[in-house]
Amino acid sequence: MSEALLDVARRVVGWAGANEEVEAFVVRARETEVRAYEGEVESLTVAESQGIGVRVVLDRRQGFAYAGTLDTDALEATLRESRDNARFATADEYAGLASPDGVEPAPLDLYRPELDEFPTDAKVALALELERATRAADPRITGIESAEYADVVYSSAVASTAGVAAATSETGCYLSSFSLATDGDETQTGYGYCVGREPSQLDPARAAVDSAERATRLLGATKAPTARLTVVLDPVVTAQLLAIVGSTLTGEAVLKGRSLFADRMDEPVAAPAVTLIDDATEPAAFTASAIDDEGLATRAVSLISGGVLRAFLYDTYTARRAGAVSTGSAVRAGHASTPTVGAQALALRPGLRSQADIVAGIDDGLLVQGVTGMHSGVNPVSGDFSTGAEGLRIRAGELAEPIREVTIASTLQRLLLDVIEVGADLEWLPMSAAGVSLAIGDVTMSGI
Amino acid sequence: MQAPEPDRELVARELVARELVEEALAVALRSGAELAEIFVEDKRSSSAVLDDGRIEELVSGRSRGAGIRVVAGDTTGFAHTADLSRSGLAAAAAAAAAAARRSSGGPRPVAVQPDVRTGIGSVAVRVPPESVPKSTKVELLTAADAAARSEGSAITQVAARYGDSRRRILVANSDGLLATDDQVRTLFSVSCVATGDTGLQTGRESAGRTVGFELFDTYDVTGMARRAAHRALTKLKARPAPSGTMPVVVGPGGGGVLFHEACGHGLEADLVAKSASVFAGRIGEKVATGLVTLIDDGTMAGEWGHYAIDDEGRPAGRNVLIADGVLTDYMWDRIRAGKQGRSSSGNGRRQSYQHLPMVRMTNTYIGAGADDPDSIVADTDRGVYVAQLGGGQVNTATGDFVFGMTEAYLIENGVITEPIREGNLIGNGPEVLTRIDALGTDFAMGSPGTCGKDGQGVPVGDGTPTLRVTALTVGGTAA
Repeated sequence: MSEALLDVARRVVGWAGANEEVEAFVVRARETEVRAYEGEVESLTVAESQGIGVRVVLDRRQGFAYAGTLDTDALEATLRESRDNARFATADEYAGLASPDGVEPAPLDLYRPELDEFPTDAKVALALELERATRAADPRITGIESAEYADVVYSSAVASTAGVAAATSETGCYLSSFSLATDGDETQTGYGYCVGREPSQLDPARAAVDSAERATRLLGATKAPTARLTVVLDPVVTAQLLAIVGSTLTGEAVLKGRSLFADRMDEPVAAPAVTLIDDATEPAAFTASAIDDEGLATRAVSLISGGVLRAFLYDTYTARRAGAVSTGSAVRAGHASTPTVGAQALALRPGLRSQADIVAGIDDGLLVQGVTGMHSGVNPVSGDFSTGAEGLRIRAGELAEPIREVTIASTLQRLLLDVIEVGADLEWLPMSAAGVSLAIGDVTMSGI
Repeated sequence: MQAPEPDRELVARELVARELVEEALAVALRSGAELAEIFVEDKRSSSAVLDDGRIEELVSGRSRGAGIRVVAGDTTGFAHTADLSRSGLAAAAAAAAAAARRSSGGPRPVAVQPDVRTGIGSVAVRVPPESVPKSTKVELLTAADAAARSEGSAITQVAARYGDSRRRILVANSDGLLATDDQVRTLFSVSCVATGDTGLQTGRESAGRTVGFELFDTYDVTGMARRAAHRALTKLKARPAPSGTMPVVVGPGGGGVLFHEACGHGLEADLVAKSASVFAGRIGEKVATGLVTLIDDGTMAGEWGHYAIDDEGRPAGRNVLIADGVLTDYMWDRIRAGKQGRSSSGNGRRQSYQHLPMVRMTNTYIGAGADDPDSIVADTDRGVYVAQLGGGQVNTATGDFVFGMTEAYLIENGVITEPIREGNLIGNGPEVLTRIDALGTDFAMGSPGTCGKDGQGVPVGDGTPTLRVTALTVGGTAA
């Protein structure tokens, strides 16, 4: 499938004029989503989508245009429009497309025909089983907000006048369960996930039990008095935090004066326990890919090593401007977006102990099971960090009473320096960062 | 430039021929479903971004396609395609029908008629954005950049974005409905970074309306840029936000996000039906102080959440959700309304033809009250004044919600004093509604927003006068 896309991309590139750099990025995705509710299929969506994004660089000016169809008229119109848009950009000596850098793409096996051929009925059965298992996990589970199976068969190709020609096909699927637990008038919510490259890797029982346990253990939650304490972030919460940290470590943020780590290269920016790597060649990552969205090979980048800042992420443009080389970190939000630089598969190097063992060593703390408002309460430029939180109080090494409607606050800078321990429980989630339990000291919990 | 009065039949014809719509619906119904619906969308967007002193890129594009929905019993089948040919639509219709399969009923003929009741949202557009030269759009960006930087050398970075879109839609269904709309939106935003001894701070300002380029007759981009710069500079002097529970006064236009999160989402009928809302089963009950009358109104011409028809073809409505503190109604889409034997409230929306519609807000607001805004602050001994709110999030099942404060100050002895750093406020919807004790006379709409639900983003507006909540938890780091 990806070879056909590469042909489309090459065709557009073949229309480039003299002195004109042209890059075409073509995607096709086939997605299925099944939602179960009360033992029935609530909705079943089957969708094929495709699109092209065309970048033109002419006289050091960049233009971009996109279309959601791949017929010849649309391809021609998109190239024309991109060319026209280039006229209005400011000339930039660093503008230009990616050139092949000799790095071979990692031999990853990310396409599984088993998923491509998996019958719809079997997908429906997985969603129904997830819903049934979530309800059956605990008598206090009285409802399901959503129980869903989703998969995607994704192919993309990039070709350019600079000599790039790369294509990839990937499959992925996941189950997610959001459950409601009630006790009298009170309702609490919980979630559970599992991800795989093919359906046989999915474990509906585990997602169901996680979802039910998270919801039921919050029953009886109350607001707590304001305190300064140690928090243990559940793996999903850590993954959300890492995504924000990753956004501050891009060449883009650094060059444009928006990174709080801009002048900190080779300095300690985190506790020694923190080693943060962005590695899209990790096959277990849900977002793994052998090529980035400019067609260069992805590679492992150690951003923070033993607490010391060691690297920033670069795509071709930011690398040129910084006098560095691309780290294969070009990302796009889809065919309608220009490539930019971003993390693709972030993970902390896991530690040695389970979450339970970490909790056992904490006298006074909070296990943070869920956070809300990461997008509104965290400013990746200033580092101010404040989010809504719910979870369980930790007292004398044991999980104690449930807590809700509090916030936890610090700054990104301090959170990283205050890390006490990284757990051993690394798990990949349906997002671009891995989850792992993370203990952080001296965080303000605001409540009553 | 005066846009000609649009011809509904013509708009429909341009998107897809009526007989193709009817054929696709007939195919979709063949497995015996009760409802088949086709949603056709042709959306053109253009944007221009200035960052770091340079016009970084102009982007333009088009996405066009159809989503076909088939409802059989409690099951919805959905398929979408970018292929608007006879065979493309038939294939999508067959896929949607198979997804919602039931007993076979054989093809059922469908005839649809243009709905004369529905209007066209963009009739008010005076200057279609596509008629404006790209160079004129670029000039707005450079003017904003210069204005922001003129506020002082501490302004170290400026990003400005111009965007416009024209979204033409057609909705037809097996009840015979055929409705169209033509929705134009224009948006401008400026973000500044200020650098000082205490690190980096940011300030933002945005304006967006369902109008064309005449947006800039009302909004001066240089003034917006200066306000954004001023916000960032002010925050350089900000001290850490307090932590704990205290009175919070929200400035005019700002409080809409509070209601959007505190109760708006919880009044969406799909969440109510799954008992995933703390407001389920509470119609007719007093849920807020008597000051609170909450309205969701998609008919407010020009506002960011405005449209003529929703994405199920239903005319937008003005729906009173809470009247003088009493919960009067939820917001409805077609499926949830149908289960209750009532009609949709015009709140069925979707991000694009690739998405299923669901219950969404439009422009959600609380009208002006009777209190003098200055007195509201003067009567507050110690608390926080929030001049500009960021986004928010809610867990509708528990009612717990947060929203960010991007420009806030301490209130000390009834006076607004020092700026405080960013942070979240947290509260519980049903509790907060009973703690609103003052509403100002100074109603204003807030900034244009994008509301996310189940991974779909749609444009929404909100508004409130100055208001006070007697107790909210401020999530700062200071004691």
